[in-house]
Amino acid sequence: MIMSYLTSLDPMALVRALPGNVAQGLIWGIMALGVYITYRILDFADLTVDGSLATGGAVAVMLIRGGMHPALSLIFAFIAGMIAGLITGILHTALGIPGILASILTQISLYSVNLAILGKSNQSIGIAQENLVASIRYVTADDRIFFFLKLIVICLVIVAVVYWLFGTELGSAIRATGCNQQMARAQGINTNFMKVVALMVSNGLVGLCGGMYSQYQGSADVNAGRGAIVIGLAAVIISEVIFGKVCAGKKYTFAYTLAAVFVGAILYYVAYTLVLWLKMPSDYMKLFSAVVVAVFLAVPYLKDKYAVSRKGAK
Amino acid sequence: MGYMLEIQNVHKTFNKGTINEKVALDGVSLNLNPGDFVTIIGGNGAGKSTTLNAIAGVWPIDDGKIIIDGVDITRLPEHKRAKYLGRVFQDPMTGTAATMSIDENMAIAARRGDRRGLGWGITKKEREKYVEMVKELNLGLETRLTSKVGLLSGGQRQAVTLLMAALKQPKLLLLDEHTAALDPKTAAKVLRISDMIISENHLTAMMVTHNMKDAIAHGNRLIMMHEGKIIYDVSGEEKKSLKVADLLKKFEEASGGEFANDRMMLA
Repeated sequence: MIMSYLTSLDPMALVRALPGNVAQGLIWGIMALGVYITYRILDFADLTVDGSLATGGAVAVMLIRGGMHPALSLIFAFIAGMIAGLITGILHTALGIPGILASILTQISLYSVNLAILGKSNQSIGIAQENLVASIRYVTADDRIFFFLKLIVICLVIVAVVYWLFGTELGSAIRATGCNQQMARAQGINTNFMKVVALMVSNGLVGLCGGMYSQYQGSADVNAGRGAIVIGLAAVIISEVIFGKVCAGKKYTFAYTLAAVFVGAILYYVAYTLVLWLKMPSDYMKLFSAVVVAVFLAVPYLKDKYAVSRKGAK
Repeated sequence: MGYMLEIQNVHKTFNKGTINEKVALDGVSLNLNPGDFVTIIGGNGAGKSTTLNAIAGVWPIDDGKIIIDGVDITRLPEHKRAKYLGRVFQDPMTGTAATMSIDENMAIAARRGDRRGLGWGITKKEREKYVEMVKELNLGLETRLTSKVGLLSGGQRQAVTLLMAALKQPKLLLLDEHTAALDPKTAAKVLRISDMIISENHLTAMMVTHNMKDAIAHGNRLIMMHEGKIIYDVSGEEKKSLKVADLLKKFEEASGGEFANDRMMLA
């Protein structure tokens, strides 16, 4: 039985899936970068993203259906995401709702908003739609090398912008807020304002990712964002566990760290495909995502604990 | 010349109307002249740190007024008052951002009270300036300016926090038991640095301490607090000639002799 299972696995299928994994990873990496901003820099578990990802997709698809250029629609997807972040920020800072709950409230309400934008639960872009920024079509096209180059350039530009932003006075203030609010306030930083700005930038990126991914898939779905936070976290944490040491201590550590998030997202999709390839039923994939995040979060913790107890034994 | 700090009849009660109600400040009034360096002593719960937090705006006060250099700051939120204040806390972790480097922390302090826009968070010129400033501390930090503050010892962190507090020439420096968490040798060093920074920048300062000797040795004025009130205020020659025994006596008078298990240190 094991033999028949093994012989039924086709190694070439894995290789064929690789370009698609890379494309998906690069697109989802944009979202993971947004998660990095809230989860790591601001120290805020922002679940808004499950909603704002679908919002970005819904906005982009409806605008493209209305005749807008797909590239331009991404700007509106970005803005839509920022508005979602703004709502969470206001709920948390101005109205005093605990961060995680504030983001859940926004996420839930966005489900209705997304349905309203789409008019129904799913809307697709015509097969013949041209000028898409990303499309599953391009992955198998003859000139796919240009598509991948374009994707990589887009991701590098985003990394550069985020790198620049967090090097500014505003960005430093956001980092200080995420690290030590008492210190930030003592240094005259309006911590509430900084939280709102960071949430807006983060969800803007998530909305942008949603817009791109809906173009890639050719459709927008109200459920597109379900579990998105887990994928974003997976990318961030995989990148930290694997590249944390490589990135440390360099001159542009922060830039490498940001770029590594994209590699983390690609690796996530490679692992995802590998598990499907091993014939795991696709119904279990959300479970798989959650387990990946749990394992990668637990490993550094357990490693520390183990190291401490070993030291104690000496 | 007017006062640098005017505290007028400030009241603060925590957990009002509950079983844990605690009157923390019970009509505190205090005026500081420019250049005054006041040390504040008193037992636990006397209102020393609470006074500093009231000035810093950590929470709103119930009643009274706080005026810094003629500006009424009673209703300003904490981050808006920050431009008038330099602060160093008891816990060395509190005053700095651990995941940011020494120079980044200083650059943040250098922009206290300014609008934070899209200019660079730190410039090359600033870095050079910070190296010189850190050198004066004599802690060997000048080669570690890009190290994360989280890697520094408690004493080093307090020294950096002191530099940061003074960077923007505050109207008032608030030192809240900033040596209490340090070992005696490091505490003495940080106190020396505090004196140096205060005199070099001609700062008006308030220092809360549990150490009576320190309270006598530093500053030009000393106040003792008890149960949310200032019960003793001494300055000039009279302060210089104070002895620990005098303070103990004062304290016993105020507290009705129940001195036994207090944290106040005699050494």
